[in-house]
Amino acid sequence: MKPVGLLAIVVAVYPSSRLVAQDTSAVDRGVRIGILYRPGVRPGIVILTGRAPALDSVRTIMARDIDYSDRFELITLPGSDSIRLAAPSPALGPPPAAGTGTGKTSGGAASAGGLNYPLYQALGADFAVAVTPAGADSVVVTVHDVAGGAVRREVRSRLPPLTDPGFRMAVHRLSDRVVEATLGAPGIAATRVLFVMDGKAYVIDQDGADRRLVSSTDHAAMSPAWAGDGRRFSYMEFWQGHGRLFVQDVASGKRAPVATTGQALDFTPAFSPDGKTLAFSRAIEEGTDIYTVNIKDGCCLQRLTVGRFYDNLSPTYSPDGQRIAFVSTRAGLPQIYVMAADGTDQQLFAPFDYGATGSSNAPEWSPDGQAVAFHRDVAGTLQVFVLDVRTRAVRQLTSVGRNEDPTWAPDSRHMAFVSDRSGYRQLWIIDLETGRIRPLLQQSGARLPAWSPRLPETAPSTP
Amino acid sequence: MKRLPLLLLSGLAVAAVAACPGKKPETPAPVSAGPDADSLARAQKAHDDSMKAAQDEADRRAREDAERRQKTADSLAGIGRTTDAVKTILGTMIHFDYDKAIIRGGDAAVLDQKVAILQANPALRIRISGHCDERGSDEYNLALGNRRATAAKQYLVSHGIDAGRVETVSYGEERPIDPGHNEEAWAKNRRDEVDILAGGDALKQP
Repeated sequence: MKPVGLLAIVVAVYPSSRLVAQDTSAVDRGVRIGILYRPGVRPGIVILTGRAPALDSVRTIMARDIDYSDRFELITLPGSDSIRLAAPSPALGPPPAAGTGTGKTSGGAASAGGLNYPLYQALGADFAVAVTPAGADSVVVTVHDVAGGAVRREVRSRLPPLTDPGFRMAVHRLSDRVVEATLGAPGIAATRVLFVMDGKAYVIDQDGADRRLVSSTDHAAMSPAWAGDGRRFSYMEFWQGHGRLFVQDVASGKRAPVATTGQALDFTPAFSPDGKTLAFSRAIEEGTDIYTVNIKDGCCLQRLTVGRFYDNLSPTYSPDGQRIAFVSTRAGLPQIYVMAADGTDQQLFAPFDYGATGSSNAPEWSPDGQAVAFHRDVAGTLQVFVLDVRTRAVRQLTSVGRNEDPTWAPDSRHMAFVSDRSGYRQLWIIDLETGRIRPLLQQSGARLPAWSPRLPETAPSTP
Repeated sequence: MKRLPLLLLSGLAVAAVAACPGKKPETPAPVSAGPDADSLARAQKAHDDSMKAAQDEADRRAREDAERRQKTADSLAGIGRTTDAVKTILGTMIHFDYDKAIIRGGDAAVLDQKVAILQANPALRIRISGHCDERGSDEYNLALGNRRATAAKQYLVSHGIDAGRVETVSYGEERPIDPGHNEEAWAKNRRDEVDILAGGDALKQP
């Protein structure tokens, strides 16, 4: 058992407006017990309880999604919906401490939808969300702007029955609509994370539900990676000592081996943002180098690096498709480099002190293009770092235990990674803005996570 | 005036003899007339001396070769002369330092045994798999394991084994033989394994 406690973390501060958080929380048996937030920036939101018990699970999932977005103070009402029915009382006290704080309490009694705005404002809510049934197979999600005293948006959506495998993803999409309606920012509720455990590839919803096996069970799998459209993913399997790459369709579950691979050790596939090209590492006797193959036409193998006496591996595309960050051992230990997508203009990306900085590996370019996450050996263990692409400043993000293989959520502010901070290696999610950290999967041995893009509406939720 | 060509001649003879140490040297016929006995004797002695030196050198090399062969043979003989015994020796693993793919000094002898076995069994084809401990990065370890496998192959090839008989693969840290999380386990897991691909049904002793 590892001693855990509150940590004093000293990090260099770089002139970056993003990524202000550190994982300053202490962790005890996988439970977060302390969090440092930047005060006063998160609007309060309340998920209203309703009279239709059938929708309770919708509200529960939605409340968790909104909590996990780390963009709101989630306000839970005690007990039933009695507060909603209570008359507005002038004795409710001072205006809310959190939120917009405009003190606009003169709205009087219930307005649209019969909602008592002053009451919810007094509770600290900037937004209130109501979920009501609409016919047999649909719901209406009403987003109230409490401070503005009006309905912000009404979303009517078909909802599969509770027992349908697509139910949870449909609710996640509604959650993202709420985030979008309130803050104008797309959410990350309708996303999934691929990972490897016991040599098999799995997918899990970002809230930790619905874990499903997606790879075959007769070959050990590694390095899953999503295509940018969320409709396909790729991974590697060991076949008689060779590493074979597969591209699998999410909707049908059907997979196809990637052309021109199969007779070497091919690994770490990465889709180009347009989905036409797959970059990957290939180990041959000469060493390991980065190649690309046209997966649209199944042709045109191209070699991007020629290492000979050193290795090049782990490619990751910039979201504009122009550049590839990768790992190279050209300076001895593996470090993070960058090149044009055609292999030219190779140069160091994440600065390091020769002879002092430890090995750096597993780069992943953020979806907004501004950062590259990777892990680096610090004093014999691995820690997650973030490279600011513009300034090339490198910042250490984690310090509790061993932390590795970071993968970005599509909002470029959440990240999943592997950590043994709770005593065994499992998947965690950190919010870079608040530093809040939560376990994604409390199961030992899960590794190599890959966070999906926002999953398309039309894709069936069953892989 | 005639001494010089004679010395040159005998010098050439010595060089010729030294070049083929296995053969018994022919003593050059004494020249019937001309040079005085003194210089002839000196030439003869110089010739004999270098002959002896060459012979000694040849003997020493032969002795060393024999010793080395004997050493390999002894260790093989110690285990037995069955195919299984040869397989055991062939399967002896070699190990590596952390994040390194350099053959350790002590492991050269282990690879020498594999060279001998491969030479004695021309139909034998093998696969070398490189492995890593769990400390490094999962994916980087595939590249490192590849370096470890090819390092052993290069040793075999540089000792006369045809490259086509040796395949290399890497499993990174995916197949540990010791699941522990300590240096003892890690040291065991940083290794090359050898498997037989073909020609291993009846293996001859080297």
